[in-house]
Formats: sequence, C-alpha cells, structure tokens
Amino acid sequence: MEHAEVQKHVKIYISVFVALAALTVITVAVSYLHLPFKQAVLAALAIAGLKGSLVAGFFMHLLSEKQIIFSVLALTFIFLLAVLLLPVISV
Amino acid sequence: MSALIRYISKPHPLTGVTNAKLGTWCFLASEMMLFGGLFSAYVLLRAGSTAWPRGSELLNVPLATLNTLILITSSVTMVMSWASLIMKQEKGTGTSKVPGTFSFYMGSTILLGLAFLVVKAFEYGSKFSHHHFPGTDIFYGIYFTLTGLHGLHVIGGILLNTYFLFPGSRLWQTEPEQFTGRIECAGLYWHFVDLVWIFLFPVLYLL
Repeated sequence: MEHAEVQKHVKIYISVFVALAALTVITVAVSYLHLPFKQAVLAALAIAGLKGSLVAGFFMHLLSEKQIIFSVLALTFIFLLAVLLLPVISV
Repeated sequence: MSALIRYISKPHPLTGVTNAKLGTWCFLASEMMLFGGLFSAYVLLRAGSTAWPRGSELLNVPLATLNTLILITSSVTMVMSWASLIMKQEKGTGTSKVPGTFSFYMGSTILLGLAFLVVKAFEYGSKFSHHHFPGTDIFYGIYFTLTGLHGLHVIGGILLNTYFLFPGSRLWQTEPEQFTGRIECAGLYWHFVDLVWIFLFPVLYLL
C-alpha cells in the first residue's frame, strides 16, 4: 500500500469512528422512544448491522479483500443465518 | 518453524493473501459460529419465555454505552498501530526499532481494553452485590454467558497485543513485513471482538 494511500485511509478511519460513535448515541436514543417490540428489534438490528458493516468494511479491510476471504465468510454466513433463523420459523 | 510454514509474509500465489491472514479469517469464522450459537440460544430462551425483562430495567445502559465507545475507540487505535507500521515500512527502515507511533497506538489499544474490563467489573460487581448471579434466572444466565465469553475474548486480545507491544515487536527488526502482517491479523481479531460487542449491546441492554 502506498504512503499517500495509507494517509487517505487514516482520514477514513477517523470518519468511520465518528460515524460509529454517532450510531451508538442514536441506538441508545431510539431505545428511549419505547417503540413497539418488533420495530425496536428492527431498528436496533439495522443500526448494529450498519455499525458492524463499517467495522468489517473499513477496519477489517473487507471492502478491498481477496475472493478467498469472501468465500470463507459466505459459507460461514449461511450457517450463521441457519442457527439464528431456524429456531424461530413458524408456519 | 517459520521456514516450514510458507507464505506467512508474502501472499500465496493462488489465494492472493498470506496464509496467516487466511488462517486468521478461518479462526474468526469458527468464532462467528461460537457466538452465533449463543445468540441462537438467546433467541430460543427469549422466544420460549412467558415474560422477559427489558434489559434497560435490569442493566446499566450508561455504563454499557461508555464501554461501547471505549471499544470503538480501541478499534481505531488498533488500526492506526497497523497503519503506522505500513507508513514506516514505505520509508524503508528495516533494522531500526519499532516505530514510536506503533507503540503509542498499540499501548492505547491495550489501555482501552483494560478500561473496558474495569467498567465491566463495576457492572458485574453491582450485579453480584444485588445477589444477581448466572444461576439467578435465564436472563442473567444468558447475560453472564454472553458478556463473560466476550470478556474472556477481550482478555485474550489484551494478552496478544501486549505480546506484540513488547517481546513480539523484536520481529520488526528482522522481518518488518511479517511483523506488520501479524499486527494486521491481531487487528482482525480485535475488531471482531468489537463487532461482537456491537451486537451484544443492543440485544442485551436495549431490547
């Protein structure tokens, strides 16, 4: 990675930090609204998902990662979804 | 050892990444399933309960918010410790001591990790003083299991980072590229621990 490129990255890291801090405040603020349970879960998970994506995408460099890493993660993600969703399926 | 395990500092021609990084991601994949299984248990316990407390009624939201901010900050200092090595490597220093900026950022990451544990200890202490233990009920059972396992990961990360700050940093003088790769992998682990907390916080404390 070039020196100038890393310096550009450092600026991005600071912006990501500000976004993560802001989203933390937002998720706490939303919890004080006492939304109905379903909306509260959706809001909390959406904000957490956004924060998680920022961490994974920028700090863990997933936005510029090689295919092999995505293959490992895609397989993991399928099983992760299975353990999280299978218990709550109802027809 | 390092002569036998190949492509630890240079990318493998087939995968495009170092074996160290691929190995770290495979480890993190198994970690995702470990925590995923526990989140699944949480969903099952909550769905199967006739009543479930709002986390904010029993747990200390301001302290957990503070801890969230501490971990986020530590992720930034962690990635900065790696970036400081990359920038120094570009200038081509080779045999000199590990850069001071690296030590500053890595030291900060460790201190922030310790700060997280201190806050957590206050939280646990307050729960214990009110006679709330893992066996008290299923809410506290899953709360202590999830946060306890996460706390163990924080301790593990602090130990790993402390190794790289002191004895482990000698590698920089002989193999700067390999050392930078190790810090990147240690960073992947530390960011993962941050990521788990990002989900634990709303699920346990806010919902």
